[in-house]
Amino acid sequence: MKEIKLLKGNEAVAMAAIRCGCDGYFGYPITPQSEILETLMSQKPWETTGMVVLQAESETAAINMVYGGAATGKRVMTSSSSPGISLMSEGLSYLAGAELPCVVVNVSRGGPGLGTIQPAQSDYFQAVKAGGHGDFHMIVLAPASVQEMYDFTQLAFDLTFKYLNPVMVLADGVIGQMMEKVELSEGKPRVDDESIQRECGSWAATGRVGGRPRNIVTSVELDPDIQEAFNHILAAKYARIEQDEVRYETFECEDADFVLVAYGSSARICRRVMEMAREEGFKVGLFRPITLYPFPGDVIARLAERVKGFLAVEMSMGQLVEDVRLWAGRNVPAEHYGRCGGAIHSPDEVYNALKSKLIDKIK
Amino acid sequence: MAQFEVEIKPENLVYGKSPVLTDAPMHFCPGCSHGTIHKIIAEAIDELGLQERAIGLSPVGCSVLAYNYIDIDWVQAAHGRAAAAASAMKRLNPDRLVFTYQGDGDLAAIGTGETIHACNRGENITIIYVNNAIYGMTGGQMAPTTLVGMKTMTTPDGRDPKLHGYPFVVSDMLAHLPGVCYVTRQSVHTAANVRRAKKAIRKAFENSMEGKGLSFVEMVATCNSGWKMSPTAANQWMEENMFPVYPLGDIKG
Repeated sequence: MKEIKLLKGNEAVAMAAIRCGCDGYFGYPITPQSEILETLMSQKPWETTGMVVLQAESETAAINMVYGGAATGKRVMTSSSSPGISLMSEGLSYLAGAELPCVVVNVSRGGPGLGTIQPAQSDYFQAVKAGGHGDFHMIVLAPASVQEMYDFTQLAFDLTFKYLNPVMVLADGVIGQMMEKVELSEGKPRVDDESIQRECGSWAATGRVGGRPRNIVTSVELDPDIQEAFNHILAAKYARIEQDEVRYETFECEDADFVLVAYGSSARICRRVMEMAREEGFKVGLFRPITLYPFPGDVIARLAERVKGFLAVEMSMGQLVEDVRLWAGRNVPAEHYGRCGGAIHSPDEVYNALKSKLIDKIK
Repeated sequence: MAQFEVEIKPENLVYGKSPVLTDAPMHFCPGCSHGTIHKIIAEAIDELGLQERAIGLSPVGCSVLAYNYIDIDWVQAAHGRAAAAASAMKRLNPDRLVFTYQGDGDLAAIGTGETIHACNRGENITIIYVNNAIYGMTGGQMAPTTLVGMKTMTTPDGRDPKLHGYPFVVSDMLAHLPGVCYVTRQSVHTAANVRRAKKAIRKAFENSMEGKGLSFVEMVATCNSGWKMSPTAANQWMEENMFPVYPLGDIKG
């Protein structure tokens, strides 16, 4: 029988972690995502699955706990919100540089600086372009529902072990705080130590079990030729990711003259905008990237061959829109609309922007 | 010249290289304490039979490449964060020996927070803290542990407490925390000190495996290159100047 629960997005992340066999969660309280740590502490998974849950003294410590746990081949994760993710940047770079698997959830809020505790989508650049120093990418998944908070947490673990590269679930305060029904999966047991030896024995620092050659988890390489060669290995991995892991949804784009481009909670708002526009006879579609990296740019490029314009809708001053413009090319306008700083656009506001920036100008 | 027949038999051997040390030539400067500390760690791991269960964490600093010399699994941690990473490693792998190897810049400057909190949580890990009162890797800048009046690249006229504060005495502070079961300060500049230091490392490792809490072994060490002295002069300078501020012996446990 299906198990269905009414959960906050943050609670769904915690439930997903326990049920997908996560070995360890390390996090620091920050609004609007503290329910992830709180839910884990109240669920006490160490008594059931043996999962370790530890409240760190800072986000810096949390991401380095993740680094240590991941280095031993365990399935580990953390979560935070925007300022906390900034503190994790160095660690994310180390994780990518050492080719370690981990899941990081960002329930983002308005900034810059301490900003606000209210929702925003202004961490797109950070997640997609600049997770930390050096040449690396994170796979970035953008959930738009509480069910997807649950599902993408599990998917993130699959992807991070497939590519040995950090995976970020980029949500926002809306998705983290709102409640929806969630269909829970059946619990998977944690991977046992023998399986870790078998699957991660070539790289994980587990102790030299059975006298195997030692494993060294590191990202330091002082010889520029070797470091350069390693960066090429990483680049080849990212090319595979861009080839195989692009995920997106389209809504009524087939006949669309204008396409809204939005992820996460903005994509939900845009569903309503699309309906409002269609009711008034305007052919409007919605393109929703699910993976922000790898970005589904090819789809935008194909749409650009026949649509009259794009409107990137995001709770920021304009970040996603830069990628939309890059792929739309010079012949099709790609405009931006978004409230930010903790404000959330209403469908009416987006629809008015769609009309004034595109429909009324082009028709 | 007299000729001796040497019969090489295991029972005749009085000394040998630890099997837990690799054959890689060490990159440390001649006279540096790191090599000796590496050696006694390797010997302690061997004597306790923990080579297949030990995981070390190397820091950022001169000992970043410790993994090249001690033949166990290693994780190279971000600058100052080894204690945080080690906390998770030990909790996720409670039957393993997890220890960090950190210099005074790594542990007592950038990593102060992670160190204190790992100690305060009473993590069942060992921290080996090499205090030579200077940043060796980056070329001899002031460390939190630099002595008053000591000249470094960033204190060319000597450390002035009005400008830079005072030498940071870490071990005594950590000994106050209930999660810490063992704090000791050792050095490796004489044979007797090497023996005592190795005993301290063994005790720390045993504590970690028995789940007694966090063990903290400070090694007062020389950096003769950074101090701009000969190895012998550095040993003497350490005795005369470092030991009064960082006195040797057990502090707790």
